[in-house]
Amino acid sequence: MQPDPSAFSANARLALDNTKLQQALGKLQGDFRRDRASMLCRLPEFEALRDQARVIKDHALDHLDGYLEQFEERVASRGGAVHWCEDAAAARETILRLCRESGGSRILKGKSMLSEEIELNDFLSENGLDPVETDLGEYILQLRRERPSHVVMPAIHLNAQQVGDAFRAGHTDLNPSRDLDHPNDLLAEARAKLRQKFLNSDVGITGANFLVAETGSIVLVTNEGNGDLLHTLSDTHIVLAGIEKIVPTLSDAVALVRVLARSATTQEITSYTSVISGPRQASDPDGPSVFHVVLVDNGRSGLLGSAFSDVLRCIRCGACQSLCPVYGAVGGHAYGAVYSGPIGSILTPALVGLKAAKPLPEASSFCGQCQDVCPVHIPLPALLRRWREIIFDDPALSDTVRAGIKIWAYAARRPRLYRFFQRLAVALLAALGRKSGFIRNLPLAGDWAGARDLPAPQGGTFMSQWRNHKPHEPQS
Amino acid sequence: MTDARAAIMGRLRGAIAARRSGGPAAARPDSYIRPRRAQGGRAELVARFHEMALFAGASITTIDNDVAAPAAVARYLSREGLGDRLILSPSARILRMPWSDTPRLSVCQSHFRPGDRVAVTEAVAGVAETGTLLVRSGADSPNALHLLPEAHIAVLDSATMVGSYEDALQILGQDKPLPRVATFITGPSRTADIEKTPQIGVHGPRQLHIILIHGEAT
Repeated sequence: MQPDPSAFSANARLALDNTKLQQALGKLQGDFRRDRASMLCRLPEFEALRDQARVIKDHALDHLDGYLEQFEERVASRGGAVHWCEDAAAARETILRLCRESGGSRILKGKSMLSEEIELNDFLSENGLDPVETDLGEYILQLRRERPSHVVMPAIHLNAQQVGDAFRAGHTDLNPSRDLDHPNDLLAEARAKLRQKFLNSDVGITGANFLVAETGSIVLVTNEGNGDLLHTLSDTHIVLAGIEKIVPTLSDAVALVRVLARSATTQEITSYTSVISGPRQASDPDGPSVFHVVLVDNGRSGLLGSAFSDVLRCIRCGACQSLCPVYGAVGGHAYGAVYSGPIGSILTPALVGLKAAKPLPEASSFCGQCQDVCPVHIPLPALLRRWREIIFDDPALSDTVRAGIKIWAYAARRPRLYRFFQRLAVALLAALGRKSGFIRNLPLAGDWAGARDLPAPQGGTFMSQWRNHKPHEPQS
Repeated sequence: MTDARAAIMGRLRGAIAARRSGGPAAARPDSYIRPRRAQGGRAELVARFHEMALFAGASITTIDNDVAAPAAVARYLSREGLGDRLILSPSARILRMPWSDTPRLSVCQSHFRPGDRVAVTEAVAGVAETGTLLVRSGADSPNALHLLPEAHIAVLDSATMVGSYEDALQILGQDKPLPRVATFITGPSRTADIEKTPQIGVHGPRQLHIILIHGEAT
């Protein structure tokens, strides 16, 4: 598959024919639905907590400047430093500089979608540093030189055999005929490999789930414990975070923690939720001596004042991906972008431009499930529709498409005319499917009918049937 | 660097003005929701903690007082086949426990060394809503001790049992300023990164055992 959003159609075709991928996606979406339903039953307050989460994020975004200043000051008072970066290039350069200043060469990384966004690993490698991913899923992807295909389950598109192959190819020092058939074998091998690296780490780079203005803390959430091992065992801890991650207080952060894991993996809470406040203090027996927070804008301030500012509430849980029927059919890589699924289809045009990302806002059935599960109530379908409106106004759009939409819009606003066309269409379709009762060839929709049999209409349109039907008299 | 800061701040202020566009800025919630399961009397909270910690994959032994802790730890080690060596966190309370009563155990207070499998540390609080422990770093609690061992044994006093994360942070706030790191731990280290199969013990402990002390510290 091509890492290019404009190749969505071609990528989707490949994904639909990939049996392994289809099995993995089927399991993901089936499990998520079932487990989320159980989670909702266990916590009756969940819907109210979602409402609250939206309020918390909206308040933080409306006061982003002040809270960021407060955060910077508190980080400094704890002995850390904040670095401001306008774009991906500045963020990469800053992290490279901080790694070099540390004097160490062994760089370890925790999972961070922002690091994917700024293409950090490739840049560090080009400059002679080789960061090692420590989240198991990201480690597997690094061996395979792939992008994550889901925000919280990055290697969801792979099966155990593919992971085993990646380990055999990557861990050439081990016996090539060793047993790697069971996920347990894979886990044990990854644990042993990465444990050695943790114990010798110079620089640990992690993301942050939340930045707390009042205390200058970062909140870091993991299940594996890799993030905590990184900041505990490295001499330098570098936190990479988008400016929209800020919340006012620890109370706000834990209120969001209550909806984060439940939305991401349907867990009650992840195994480790850490509140980290600066470098080690004089009395601390462990922890980093140097603590940096790299704050990245990379288009976020532009989104804040735009019609898309609601996406900045996103806490990167991936629930919209786990339920989306389009994501479920083609997987994350088909989107050809760092963020996939509904949230990706909104973020990608803003990050890489509409020209390259034009197919993504079209990749939606508008079923609305993403909005129903979003823990911060992002109106994802409305924002996708907004991109489609912008695409419609784009002079690059083909004239036939625009003409077609205009004709439809003209008719849709004139009920009589619309019904006339409906009657015409019904008569035509009925004639087409007279023999078999099904329509197998549809003019202008050959692709669609190629994979489906459309039942031929029986009788007239709904409106004409309704008119002939004696409605129930309401009982008084 | 300062230029980037000024440029970002400038854009943010413009954007925020546009966002508010005459209307008031979004206010903070009047009060924060505490789930009902995070509320209740001590006994109720202890029972709920027990249920939720087991649900998260931890195991629990309840004992009456600190004196009973070493024997409880020894029993856990033999039951789980974890050998007879353990590292103690240098907390005054843990060091006061009568470890010499269980001479089979080789008990050290040191850094974690290769080959060590078990560490005993003290939790600051227990959080009933999800069966969660709050631990903190400090002179008497090296952070590595709840991350590196195969089995992490946490001593928790039922007097520190609270309902919610917020309540637990309150307890932490009593020894101001904030520690370098405070961690909510819920069950052992886990992943589902390979085929969505739940697996225990990725980088952190494979087992989390909680010694819950019911009654007064001795």
